[in-house]
Amino acid sequence: MSTADAGTTAAGALLRLGLVGSPNSGKTTLFNALTGMRARVGNYPGVTVERREGRCTVEGREIVVIDLPGAYSLDPISPDEEIVSRVLDGELDAAPDALMMVADACSLERSLLVLGQLLAREVPSCLVVTMLDELHARGGRLDLERLEAALGVPVFGVVGHRGIGMAAVREALTQPERWSHPPIPPPLPPLERAAWADSVAAAVIERRPAHHALTEKIDSVVLHPVAGTLLFAAVMVTFFQLIFAWATPAMDAIDAGVGMAAVATRTALPAGLLTDFLADGLIAGVGSVVIFLPQIVLLFTLLALLEDIGYMARAAFLVDRVMGRIGLEGRSFVALLSSYACAVPGIMATRTIPSPRNRLVTILVAPLMTCSARLPVYALLIGAFVPARNVWGPFGLQGLVLLGLYLMGAIAALCVAALLKRTVLRGQSLPFYMELPSYRLPPFRLLVAQVSERAGAFLRRAGTIILAVSIVLWCLLTFPRSEPPASASAPEAARSALENSFAGRAGVAIEPLIAPLGFDWKIGVGLLASLAAREVIVATLAQIYAASDEETSLRAAIRADVDPDTGAPVFTPGTVAALLVFFVFALQCMSTLAIMRRETGTWRWPAFAFGYLLVLAWTASFAAQRLVSALV
Amino acid sequence: MSAPDRSPNESRSNALRLTDLPLGAAAEVVSVDPGSPASGRLLDLGFTPGTKVLGVRRAPLGDPVVYELRGMRLCLRRTEASRVRVHRV
Ligand SMILES: Nc1nc2c(ncn2[C@@H]2O[C@H](COP(=O)(O)OP(=O)(O)OP(=O)(O)O)[C@@H](O)[C@H]2O)c(=O)[nH]1
Ligand SMILES: [Mg+2]
Repeated sequence: MSTADAGTTAAGALLRLGLVGSPNSGKTTLFNALTGMRARVGNYPGVTVERREGRCTVEGREIVVIDLPGAYSLDPISPDEEIVSRVLDGELDAAPDALMMVADACSLERSLLVLGQLLAREVPSCLVVTMLDELHARGGRLDLERLEAALGVPVFGVVGHRGIGMAAVREALTQPERWSHPPIPPPLPPLERAAWADSVAAAVIERRPAHHALTEKIDSVVLHPVAGTLLFAAVMVTFFQLIFAWATPAMDAIDAGVGMAAVATRTALPAGLLTDFLADGLIAGVGSVVIFLPQIVLLFTLLALLEDIGYMARAAFLVDRVMGRIGLEGRSFVALLSSYACAVPGIMATRTIPSPRNRLVTILVAPLMTCSARLPVYALLIGAFVPARNVWGPFGLQGLVLLGLYLMGAIAALCVAALLKRTVLRGQSLPFYMELPSYRLPPFRLLVAQVSERAGAFLRRAGTIILAVSIVLWCLLTFPRSEPPASASAPEAARSALENSFAGRAGVAIEPLIAPLGFDWKIGVGLLASLAAREVIVATLAQIYAASDEETSLRAAIRADVDPDTGAPVFTPGTVAALLVFFVFALQCMSTLAIMRRETGTWRWPAFAFGYLLVLAWTASFAAQRLVSALV
Repeated sequence: MSAPDRSPNESRSNALRLTDLPLGAAAEVVSVDPGSPASGRLLDLGFTPGTKVLGVRRAPLGDPVVYELRGMRLCLRRTEASRVRVHRV
């Protein structure tokens, strides 16, 4: 890598600026500030696990900014750190032409170790010192001018999330290729590098920041064996109560809106295939999923709070011992917690795990964590069939059942992981260490941005995958069109038309497989469709029931549905329990399978995960059906 | 990665393992036992000779322990922490 040609980047190519530094130092916050993008930030080490490029224009000149994962060292021990060294070596794309190094002002002594390695690469560099607000609040003082002299590169101080000090950084971005690199690079051997870092630290740290008093106070409660556990349980139980108590009014409003839209379509358009398609296919299908937006928003708010305040690393610390018994480590737990939003980011988060086997085990069990796509399914079934009464004080039965389903998934994940670690994926754990960041109150704006980003992704899914599946499914449920027997009443005619459609026939075909679970062909159609994405079953059931009766809501329709021959209800308690349990286990998600394939490099592991989870789902579902039928 | 070569025998004789350091007691790193995948990483994390360490908090289940060094709070498992030799200051 030469610096002689700085300023003359290969004809026409844009200058590439790499953001590098230790984990949780505020790199992505800077990236977002420079590029105007909304890459994910969070208050724990290991949020960013991919390289990501954005554009930034300063004074008419465009440059490419590359956000990178954090790294404690350029000798990588985990896949995310490997990305950093490979990007710097130019193995993934053209190597960055200049580096913007990022360091947290409060732990400069630690950051200097990796800064030494970066400076030794002799690329034009600058250093951005973040978190100056925290440094000052804790009474610390740094001499940034001496730091600049000691390192031999430009140094800027900023408060990243407030944009303070960013003007100078932007100004410097007009000519990054002119940045210097130290005349004498720091030594590379670890001990000499540490001595170098210590001497720089001694020269520039005028006063060490005091302990973050609030962090100490909160930790003495949150990390306390009794108080911490009680607090955690209280937060969780309250959350699941809120999902039903708070979200229901908002949900009912959206539900009414969707119903009105369907009726309006019917009155505005002449009766016919197109109208059926719009009302039963699109509005009923997509609408039935969209009504769960309030629950989703609530879930994402809780997760964003846990991530931004600084709880994730603490959770890893608290349960590392348990994870150690299983054969995993605290980092796996962070990845599993991320899977509560969606297994895809959860599986990505395993890139921070140094041991390849532990990483694989975590990937294989991540789909068992209750992702947000299951929430509409659970909320529909629980809302329809579990009575909304209080069992103990303010605690409602519905919330407790939901909590139980979440727990069931988590416990299953840990058991399967333990089994895998004792059989096919035995192996030692590599070093476990985890930095505990200071607690931070996320700016309200950031919180809103994060929640709306994820809620937007949920709506986009409804507008793409679910819309597409709804359209295909409507066709499969409508064709071939069959002549109902002349004597049949209107509902009977609708039912026979459905049953004879392509989808209906497929449902009937798999009925023998699912009959032991108490599922009829309609649920069968839903299960087949939900292989694309879990929440599709809600859309499918909505279409099926809208086709036979569109006055009532889906919740009321499934409650009222009876077997035409026997007159017994289709959704018995046993069937509902079996269906819920089936969704706890089954891996019905194309995106998860695709990401597993990408992260493991083979179809073998996604196939294995799909297979074992299907067997588990069927067995557990069967057991639940028997158990609940016997009890109720 | 070699252990520091300034009189290791003398400094080791009164050195204890980081795991034996009581909570709240300050210490200074003497060396990191070489020869495991953890050794290099412990140095990269800043457990270099002369660094001040303080045991802060033990997890409710006994392991890991949070240490404070170089302006950060870091938790380590027993297996890794036992590779770090310190002496009390
Ligand atoms: N007080 C304060 N907080 C900041 C500042 N910059 C970033 N943060 C917060 O610090 C946390 C970490 O920020 P990120 O931008 O995600 O850090 P990162 O370096 O990208 O982290 P990784 O991707 O995990 O390596 C977030 O909670 C930010 O909101 C700052 O200047 N002051
Ligand atoms: Mg980041």
